[in-house]
Amino acid sequence: MSNIKEVLKERILVLDGAMGTMLQAYKFTEEGFRGERFKDYPTPLQGNNDLLSITQPEAIKTIHGKYFEAGADIIETNTFSGTTIAMADYQMEDLVYELNYESAKIAKEVADEFTAKEPHKPRFVAGAIGPTNRTASMSPDVNDPGYRAVTFDELRIAYKQQVEALIEGGVDILLVETVFDTLNAKAALFAIEEVKEERGIDIPIMLSGTITDASGRTLSGQTAEAFLISVSHIPLLSVGFNCALGANLLQPHLEAIASKTDFAVSAHPNAGLPNAFGEYDETPEEMGAQIEEYLKRDLINIIGGCCGTSPDHISVIANVAAKYKPRPHAEEVVVPN
Amino acid sequence: MKLSGLEPLVLNENSNFINVGERTNVAGSRKFLRLIKEEKFDEALEIARHQVDGGAQIVDINMDDGLLDGKESMVRFLNLIAAEPDICRVPMMIDSSKWEIIEAGLQVVQGKCVVNSISLKEGEEKFIWEAKQIKKYGAAVIVMAFDEVGQADNYERRIEIAERSYRVLVDKVGFPSEDIIFDLNIFPVATGMDEHRKNAIDFIEATKWVRENLENVSVSGGVSNVSFSFRGNNTVREAMHSVFLYYAIQNGMNFGIVNPAMLEVYDDIPKDLLELVEDVILDRRDDATERLLDFSETVKGSKKEKTVDLSWRENPLQDRITHALVKGLDAFIIEDVEEARQQAEKPIEVIEGNLMAGMNVVGDLFGEGKMFLPQVVKSARVMKKAVNYLNPFIEADKGEEQKALGKVLMATVKGDVHDIGKNIVSVVLGCNNYEIVDLGVMVPPEKIIEAAKKENVDVIGLSGLITPSLDEMVYLAKEMERQNFTIPLLIGGATTSKAHTAVKIDTQYKNAVVHVNDASRAVTVVGDLLNEKSANDYVAKMKQDYDEFRTKFLKRGKEKSYISIEEARKRKYKIDWETSEITKPNELGVQMLKQLSLKELIPFIDWKPFFISWDLHGKYPDILTDKVVGEQATQLFEDAQAMLKEIVAKQLLKPKAVFGLFEANSINDDDISVQKKGEEVAVFRTLRQQLKKREGIPNHALSDFVAPKETGKTDYIGAFCVAIFGAQELADGYRSKDDDYNGIMAQAIADRFAEAFTEYLHKQVRIKHWGYTASEDLSNEELIKETYKGIRPAPGYPACPDHLEKETIWELLDVEKIIGVTLTENLAMWPAAAVSGYYFGNPEAKYFGLGKITDDQVTDYSERKGIKKEKARKWLHPNIADQ
Repeated sequence: MSNIKEVLKERILVLDGAMGTMLQAYKFTEEGFRGERFKDYPTPLQGNNDLLSITQPEAIKTIHGKYFEAGADIIETNTFSGTTIAMADYQMEDLVYELNYESAKIAKEVADEFTAKEPHKPRFVAGAIGPTNRTASMSPDVNDPGYRAVTFDELRIAYKQQVEALIEGGVDILLVETVFDTLNAKAALFAIEEVKEERGIDIPIMLSGTITDASGRTLSGQTAEAFLISVSHIPLLSVGFNCALGANLLQPHLEAIASKTDFAVSAHPNAGLPNAFGEYDETPEEMGAQIEEYLKRDLINIIGGCCGTSPDHISVIANVAAKYKPRPHAEEVVVPN
Repeated sequence: MKLSGLEPLVLNENSNFINVGERTNVAGSRKFLRLIKEEKFDEALEIARHQVDGGAQIVDINMDDGLLDGKESMVRFLNLIAAEPDICRVPMMIDSSKWEIIEAGLQVVQGKCVVNSISLKEGEEKFIWEAKQIKKYGAAVIVMAFDEVGQADNYERRIEIAERSYRVLVDKVGFPSEDIIFDLNIFPVATGMDEHRKNAIDFIEATKWVRENLENVSVSGGVSNVSFSFRGNNTVREAMHSVFLYYAIQNGMNFGIVNPAMLEVYDDIPKDLLELVEDVILDRRDDATERLLDFSETVKGSKKEKTVDLSWRENPLQDRITHALVKGLDAFIIEDVEEARQQAEKPIEVIEGNLMAGMNVVGDLFGEGKMFLPQVVKSARVMKKAVNYLNPFIEADKGEEQKALGKVLMATVKGDVHDIGKNIVSVVLGCNNYEIVDLGVMVPPEKIIEAAKKENVDVIGLSGLITPSLDEMVYLAKEMERQNFTIPLLIGGATTSKAHTAVKIDTQYKNAVVHVNDASRAVTVVGDLLNEKSANDYVAKMKQDYDEFRTKFLKRGKEKSYISIEEARKRKYKIDWETSEITKPNELGVQMLKQLSLKELIPFIDWKPFFISWDLHGKYPDILTDKVVGEQATQLFEDAQAMLKEIVAKQLLKPKAVFGLFEANSINDDDISVQKKGEEVAVFRTLRQQLKKREGIPNHALSDFVAPKETGKTDYIGAFCVAIFGAQELADGYRSKDDDYNGIMAQAIADRFAEAFTEYLHKQVRIKHWGYTASEDLSNEELIKETYKGIRPAPGYPACPDHLEKETIWELLDVEKIIGVTLTENLAMWPAAAVSGYYFGNPEAKYFGLGKITDDQVTDYSERKGIKKEKARKWLHPNIADQ
């Protein structure tokens, strides 16, 4: 595998777009989700997208392939909800290892195929680690602000399982994403550090927060810079933001961190904000134009899409990204004479 | 070190002392312990909130008490704090001697905290393990000077343990050195025991050693320990804390647990007590302790009393209102105005009667030179507060309208962004009962004309700092004439002059045009212009005065003679390039500087222009003790220092700079070719003096200071732009609270910072980036006098008056993209607190004024620069001789 750190110095890397949006097109029914293996499972399984890596692996592979074809350098595994905490909704805690391992394996197979075809453009797999559906620093109970639905240790243990399975499945990078509560992310980073120490390995980590609304703060209340400081104790490959906002609204927050970190900066915004029907309708061209603004301002090293983006979006983004140099990531920028 | 709560707290080498709030510590506060024991968490949260409101930048939380479940209490309290954004906006300090409590705390806080504390007390293994865990949790750490042998209690032991801890943390754990804070143990002095005599001085000296030898670390301590033996005698304790901090901070202590209520201002400590306390803290005499003890008997039990003279509150109502306005005191004004309102028949009478009576006293004192501008602006602040209070009552009492003496439109002209002077004049006129229509900065002439008509104003006042603004003023005068205006036009701003007003503006407009060179004259000038009886005479007199001035001025101009540009070039300044010393810069190319601390710039501030912007003229620091304005200058300076401190502490202003060093040669006499690796990337066009001079006196151009291409030598040149961001927001914040005084102050300070930054950067360039001066040991005074080698002329200033050259600099350094400073249509820089220019490093380079040039150079210049002659004429015209 080529060293991603070296590649990052040379060009802007492109991350893939939405998995969920693409899966919707398949219109899988409850039966489709269950497949043969989970035909008699006691809970309803429709909507458990991560499960499709086991029951519909061809669909997942096809989507990965489409994103690579569109120009992505990095694809994310189909493991956004791959923790015991998130899988509890489907009573599938025991399947967590297999889900992550299989998802990583599928993605890696597709990536290796493309790398073999185009050796000058190595493809990478990022193990997607979502935020879970619980928050460690906020109370879900308005009458008891001191209550917590999940503890740091519960999160750390759950993340550790996911991380180990992803690594064994062959991912090149770990991507802790859609961080709406920094404490959850810190638990994930803690778990990753433990795995690295125990196995004596190093693996690049991407970390991506989510600014939830116009207040310019994470759901747990931090400003972009405070968020950055809170996660900078671990050497990251990149730090950035994804989801919740379209490319235009994300820009000020990228600016807020780009000048304050030596890590690479990533962004994978939504295709605009959802319309009245909950659909994302920013066209590839509209989104590409917004993203070009980032690039003109030297804000970005890794760029991709989140909710509502498709291979068409990624294709436009990849073309735009190819025109620009990556953001230099050092405190004092020295332009060689 | 960078820490975070909901918001960032960024400290660096030069940050101010960080004060840690310590009232949420069960070991230190009985009240807090009781509240936690009784599970009165709401009240306990109030204590935390009170500390943050009171300025604590970090909150220390400690639950170590035998009767508490420390872990449970820590988690519970931190979880509750997490739901209070006004508390958890600052970083937390998790304080415990038990690791399990520390870890439990780290697991519930999302921001980057400080752990207080770990040490080598129980051996290296445990220390390493805890440090590794802390690193994974992402926190900074306080390390106690404690090891297997015991607590460090002298200089050598403090150093020994600190150094060992540092090496273990940095080398074995890989802990970031900037996240290490040493607590070097503050122990009591004056205990009567000889071995305690050096407790304070050992701490201070060890602090100095640690800060100098252990890179990036901080030093902290609990200050109240030092005065432990004087419990019950607050006068002595407060003095001891203050003296201790004074020396400890000087020597590098940058963190501390200090109760602000237990601190005397160093300068306010009575001299006799100060000496005794310093003897004790610094261990200067054998009998220091006895002497302080003897003294302490005399002040025992005496509580500190802030004596504020409130005797003026006994005076009659009008006297109180006048007193508040004259002294700029706003504490009681609402109360007094309300009393006046109840006595008045209509609320408007309070403004027209009571308040105006007070402002008239202010106006008179100002006119007599007994009050100074900063005070007047403070008076205006009180006035505004009073008027705002009355407005709703006046509204309710419809049909009444306050009759102002007149309405004055104020604007900074198109393309210009400088407005400190304009704001001062607005405030001064405003508190003299003129209604102000302030159109702000970069106001196009159409908008000024339109607003003047719509608002039916009585006077228009224009302001500008950069030379193109002069043309805008001329244009506006023409427009006023064309549209048959009759109202007076006031001209002000640093670039304006009586000469320019008389020669260029006055001639365009039949009615009154007055150059007002300082704010204090504005009131009398506007008063004279609007006085129905005498206005005509006054205007006629002004017109005649300007006419005479003009005649004299033009005559004077004709006496000078000029030589042709070819002739001038033959008389260029000649450097002997065979022997001249050319230093190749250490770092060629463009660099950006963003992370600089404002504090580092403070020593470079030149205060003289600051006082001038407030119409206080004199040399700093002598002005502070000046017989006439000394008191006011001192007050102003203190206010500035207070704001400066706040700005630095909260990083309210952001300095940014970009600069570049390049290969260069002069070509075609007057141009400078800028190159990268021999390839031309830009050409600076310089202008040459054409005044006819005595034989042997050269006609300068900046290009003379760079080796000509023909010499075959590679020479160098630099260019830069520095700016201070955030001044406008800061000033607007004050103005939105009707605080013009601090609004103007903020802008004036930002300007000082921009100049200081320029000085700082130039020095860095000389000694480091270009490096033609190996070392430099110049005082600030010498810097201001510019006794160093090399110059940094700025486009738009005397040596190179063409503002168009800024565009070349912008392109070469990519200024807008890299640091975000933009140029207006008239090439003013935005933000306004900005400086750009060139660096010339030749020892013979010096500043000069271009003076006037003649038409042949204008033609030649426009051809060289590839612009239309009209355009060149427009930009150079203040420098073109009338022939």
